[in-house]
Amino acid sequence: MIKEYLDLLMVDYTLQIITLGTAVLGAVCGMLGSFAVLRKQSLLGDAISHASLPGIAIVFLVLGVKNNNGLLLGALLSGLIAAIFIKGIISKTHLKSDTALGIVLSTFFGFGMLLLTYIQKLPNANQSGLEKYLFGQAATLLASDVWLMSTIATIALLVVLLFWKEFKMVLFDADYTKTLGFNVKFIDTLITSFIVIAIVMGLQTVGVVLMSAMLLAPAAAARQWTNSLAKMVLLAGLFGAVSGVLGTAVSASANNLSTGPVIVLIATLFVVFSFVFSPIRGLLFKQIKLWKNRNDLKLMKTLSFMYDIVKTHENISHPHKIQMLNNFQGYTRKSLKRLQAEDLILLNKSNWSLTEKGFLVAKNLYSQEL
Amino acid sequence: MTSAQLEIQIILSLVAIACALPGVFLVLRKMALISDAISHSILPGIVIGFFMTQDLASPMLILMATLTGVLTVVLVEYIQKTGLVKEDTAIGLVFPSLFSVGVILIARNAGDVHLDVDAVLLGEVAFAPFDRWVYNGTDMGPKSLWMIGTILSVTICLLVLFYKELKVATFDAGLAASLGFTPIGIHYGLMTISSVTTVGAFDAIGAVLVVAFMIVPAACVYLLTTNLKKLLLGASLVGVFASVTGYWLAHAIDASIAGTIATVLGLIFFLVYLFAPGKGYFSQWYKIKQQKTEVAMLVFMLHIANHEEEKERNINHLQEHINWSQQRAKKVVKLAMQNNMIEIENEIISLTAKGLEFTTKAVSYISDNKNSELEGIKQKFFLFRG
Amino acid sequence: MDDEIPKIAIAIDDLTVAYNYKPVLWDIDLQIPEGVLMAIVGPNGAGKSTLLKSILDIIKPLAGSVTVYGKPYKKQRDLVAYVPQKGSVDWDFPTTALDVVMMGTYGSLGWIKRPGQKEKKLALEALEKVGMLPFQNRQISQLSGGQQQRIFLARALVQNAAIYFMDEPFQGVDATTEKAIIQILKELRKAGKTVIVVHHDLQTVPEYFDWVTFLNVKKIATGPVAQIFNDDNLTKTYGINYKTSITEGKL
Repeated sequence: MIKEYLDLLMVDYTLQIITLGTAVLGAVCGMLGSFAVLRKQSLLGDAISHASLPGIAIVFLVLGVKNNNGLLLGALLSGLIAAIFIKGIISKTHLKSDTALGIVLSTFFGFGMLLLTYIQKLPNANQSGLEKYLFGQAATLLASDVWLMSTIATIALLVVLLFWKEFKMVLFDADYTKTLGFNVKFIDTLITSFIVIAIVMGLQTVGVVLMSAMLLAPAAAARQWTNSLAKMVLLAGLFGAVSGVLGTAVSASANNLSTGPVIVLIATLFVVFSFVFSPIRGLLFKQIKLWKNRNDLKLMKTLSFMYDIVKTHENISHPHKIQMLNNFQGYTRKSLKRLQAEDLILLNKSNWSLTEKGFLVAKNLYSQEL
Repeated sequence: MTSAQLEIQIILSLVAIACALPGVFLVLRKMALISDAISHSILPGIVIGFFMTQDLASPMLILMATLTGVLTVVLVEYIQKTGLVKEDTAIGLVFPSLFSVGVILIARNAGDVHLDVDAVLLGEVAFAPFDRWVYNGTDMGPKSLWMIGTILSVTICLLVLFYKELKVATFDAGLAASLGFTPIGIHYGLMTISSVTTVGAFDAIGAVLVVAFMIVPAACVYLLTTNLKKLLLGASLVGVFASVTGYWLAHAIDASIAGTIATVLGLIFFLVYLFAPGKGYFSQWYKIKQQKTEVAMLVFMLHIANHEEEKERNINHLQEHINWSQQRAKKVVKLAMQNNMIEIENEIISLTAKGLEFTTKAVSYISDNKNSELEGIKQKFFLFRG
Repeated sequence: MDDEIPKIAIAIDDLTVAYNYKPVLWDIDLQIPEGVLMAIVGPNGAGKSTLLKSILDIIKPLAGSVTVYGKPYKKQRDLVAYVPQKGSVDWDFPTTALDVVMMGTYGSLGWIKRPGQKEKKLALEALEKVGMLPFQNRQISQLSGGQQQRIFLARALVQNAAIYFMDEPFQGVDATTEKAIIQILKELRKAGKTVIVVHHDLQTVPEYFDWVTFLNVKKIATGPVAQIFNDDNLTKTYGINYKTSITEGKL
């Protein structure tokens, strides 16, 4: 299947365009999504993408045609209005941010549904394809769309590079940034605006329902592999681009699959893999460390039990019967062997004795406890 | 009004109440977005249930979908506990992926399944009266009416049974634990109810708009009262009112019923947001304006009381010290005069007996952090109040 | 010049601050002389952090003014460095200790310009001063509470300011760090800098500081520790009778 796809990619101009488009989209979303995740605004994207639906419908109603750029502008406006509403509800009432997001998300989306169904029953039905904004249809991407995406992506990249220092500082410590004389509100607005633009850009490809995952998943995966913001942003861009390309490939070769869900699932696979296998933060790594600690603790308990026996004798390397340890449940043949491997004890047939090193380690164990 | 229309309105009203009741607790517990997550991620459960039964109203389907709903909550909480990502990111990762699984399952089996993603996401209550439950040859009414009716009855029973526990667990989780109620039990109970209700409601109003039915009525009423009983009752009423109004509006303009109801709910919220007494936009605006004036008065009075030196009390040098604009300073002085708090002699401001009494009390309340007493003397001394 | 009268580093005039129009600070008049090591003490909710934040223009005051060496703060930013509360930031942020300390140089760099070798050198020097040089490449979440506080201090040291504001620098740090920090603060004072610290532990006030301000929404008292750190002012500030507790060390 992969070979077929690659062969097709070499010759099919449309497929090339679509692949390029989803790659650019994935990269931009991953990059800007990193900022959304670090600002703890993960779900703002979800609300704004749902809320862009009425904007699309109204522009269609007013213009009566499917001018893509016009529709996106409508989405952008409606998304920004939603963002203002959310801010207004949070600052002016005692409702919390989750409720504000929920209200705006669902009522804007509902209003969008009202308009869409209304449009569908209009007689001049040139409206087919508005539904693609629900789940996205990468196949409808045109060369001009990809040009627009690439232009926006370049601008976003330039802005991020230009204001890198400021972005990083505001994300980490906004108050401190203020005391240094930077205009935090400006930086904040800049970041939010670009996140909204990225969302709107992705609507046609991924759709309003799943757009937020496109922002979050690559960033959440990338965070697990690095402790540097620059690397995280780069990696998130890479994960996003790869998810986009793979998702398009799968949905293009399977008949009639919406692109959005496939891209999101692939991005989620990146997340799951990163959560489990990341060498710095991964769950597997943490679990192994936990087991090792627990094992070490068991060995040390055995050692301190031996120390208790030994310290009553004058000669610390005096051999003792292994049976003496029977009262102590924490030892196994394997753990004794490990203690010997670490030069802490000597085993001699059915006898054991502490080495000099073992005695000191056990003694230290005691003084630490006290 | 035909009987089908009546049945649709009854179904919608039941859905509205069934959603509003758990919705109140979700809003109070700051978990509103969990309903968004559940509403999306029940899709794979619905699809699998539908494969097994080919019936959107079968108990098996409800069970499967409820399981995926609860699974969502468990997954979100597990991811939060690992600390690998921030809390809201966990929600944002789980539900889109589960939803995607559902969409792909449908697409892969498009041939055998007569299930449309749009139908799950957006719902269509207009068809509900045609899917009827026929028992022993008698028509018992629409299946979805029975389903949502059952879910609502169970919800109400549980609400009545565990009202006290829910109340304590919502307002004070620590106290609930010390009294022996397990907040975790209450928590998962609520999550299960939310999931079941979402499942019961999706074919009428669609999964996305379940969020509107759960959150918006509760949020509206929460701007008007904080009394739990009034909240539950009020949210139900708002839900029913929006459902019936929305239904007829949708009928008039020939648009999606669920979308129209959500729009009506949005409008109701907007009106409440603007006009709610005490907590609404205008009321807050007025309150802030008044408080601004009052605080300015207080600052000014304290300043006069604090300073013996005449240069600090000279009316012409006031703005230099308090750092106010000329205009604002004049306004405050005028107001203080009108309230008989100060007198001006040779351009030097001093407190009247009333002003002195007020300031002395205010100072002692402020340094003891007694805000309510402070409000009390404001009420008593400021003539422009009330 | 008259050496007897110290210069005033910070002058606060009739400062009133309100959150949502609820008073937090009332009509504060405060003059902080140059070269003191001052503690601001007061009960929870007394407005100690708010006082710092409104001096630093993070919060807009309702009335009153603040001057730094006779000019408004906005014109004197270079002279001031701020150490926020440790809990105010997300320590899981993907960045290293060195990176955080480098942020101290951003103010003098201004917009867009990137830090270079010179800035890195300054940051490394500051890290050395707080004894954190070996940890420069550590991710900040892998540092202990005390180490994180030292990083914050280093970030302020990089600014090479004349006045240092610190919000509870001893909160949640180990004894060694506490000693190290107070050592650095005393060195700063020796170098003629002014240091203002929001402080919780009343017991250590006489040992660490030479100047103190009692605050509880209003200013209760300000002056040399030797003169005004007494039961009378403590009682006025905390509203409890401190007579026995402070002398017997029961706090």
